[in-house]
Amino acid sequence: MGEENKVVLHGMWISPYSKRVELALKFKGIPFEYVEEDLQNKSPQLLQYNPVHKKVPVLVHNGKPIAESIVILEYIDETWKNQPRFLPQDPYKRAKVRFWTSFVQQQLCESLLTVIKTDGEVQQKAFGNLFEKLEVLEEGIKEIFPDGNPCIGNYNIGLLDLVMLSMFSPNNKIQEEVFGMKIIDPEKTPLIFSWLTVLHQLPLVKESTPPDDKVVAIFKFVRENALKSSLA
Amino acid sequence: MEEVKLFGFWPSPFSLRVIWALKLKGVDYEYIEEDLPHNKSNLLLQYNPVHKKIPVLVHGGKPIAESLVILEYIDEVWPQNPLLPKDPYERSIARFWAKFIDEKSRPMWEFFQKFGEEQEEAIKNNFEILRTIEENGLGDKKFFGGDKIGLADLVFGMAIHLLAPMEEVAGVKLIKADTFPRLHAWKKNFSEQPTIKDNFPDHNKVVEFLKIRRETSRISAHPNQ
Repeated sequence: MGEENKVVLHGMWISPYSKRVELALKFKGIPFEYVEEDLQNKSPQLLQYNPVHKKVPVLVHNGKPIAESIVILEYIDETWKNQPRFLPQDPYKRAKVRFWTSFVQQQLCESLLTVIKTDGEVQQKAFGNLFEKLEVLEEGIKEIFPDGNPCIGNYNIGLLDLVMLSMFSPNNKIQEEVFGMKIIDPEKTPLIFSWLTVLHQLPLVKESTPPDDKVVAIFKFVRENALKSSLA
Repeated sequence: MEEVKLFGFWPSPFSLRVIWALKLKGVDYEYIEEDLPHNKSNLLLQYNPVHKKIPVLVHGGKPIAESLVILEYIDEVWPQNPLLPKDPYERSIARFWAKFIDEKSRPMWEFFQKFGEEQEEAIKNNFEILRTIEENGLGDKKFFGGDKIGLADLVFGMAIHLLAPMEEVAGVKLIKADTFPRLHAWKKNFSEQPTIKDNFPDHNKVVEFLKIRRETSRISAHPNQ
């Protein structure tokens, strides 16, 4: 790889924010070097590249760092203008994608994380919140899928897809094992379910998804740590 | 020319940043003042069914919600006096700071609505946020956008528009020339920019509005006092 276009991604394999950037680079066919960060032992480069948040992911392009996953995704799309384009050309359609991306990121992801990291009454409330928000999304994305269903062949992956698929999957088996119930229920939110099914079957997504038992282990690990530290 | 409407609320920093963007670009628009929080218009609820909040921009009958989404839309449709630079890397820096300030400014009101020890804690948090912005965000630039006002400047505008009146009401000064010299200079430069100067809610009106808010917070926090 020539020095003129050196791309390094500082990430963490269980971070969905890191995952979405990794997939974005793969979908665009951009060669990159991946640096796995140990969050208990962050590299000096990470601290130098992201002094404000000290978090992954950080993309470093020709020595210049970019932090915040959605900012990174927009940067990638603006710098490498080949297909797939992550945002449509029309400004109004772009606004719609950004609106729903913001909704998924700020509302849905927050709810899901609260569900994972809490128990008892707080968790119950968070579940309620999460399902309510999923219903709003189900209604809202109808304008993105005017034919009623995402098409399976030649799916053009975009910003909203990357953000959504990195946090949610249609894998009910895992959800039932971790949460005791389906999170993405094909009967309650059929459009979201079929959309996520299409996304998670894309070859690049499939090959970068860890096996079920590893995913379950990740959820359990994150949950245990969160519950432990809330008691401390 | 398709018609532009903005649904807003006069003390809201989210509403104000959109007004500034439209004014900076010389875009004509109709402004609709919403009677918040209890009397939202049917149009607002129809245009923003997801969040039911202002600001909402309606362009040619098509609604856009979420202030940062609106700002990017405005910049794309009316490219004169750009809010974002052309270079993708510079754009990513601007977006990073716009997002940071937007997210961190929300808990910044906390110091204003808290009392006693809780207020001290909130003030400490604010200092840290401001320090990060001072040292990493602004650097030696006149504005976050460089020589001209940009996206992050419009978002940080709440520092003058709300933070300064809040400081007055709460009796606490956060952005001082000696503690945050760059931010202090920024405030002066930003508020003197002609378009901003001409489109600023009256300071005393905001102070009155905030006094009521603070009193409401105090009553709900200490109902028996």
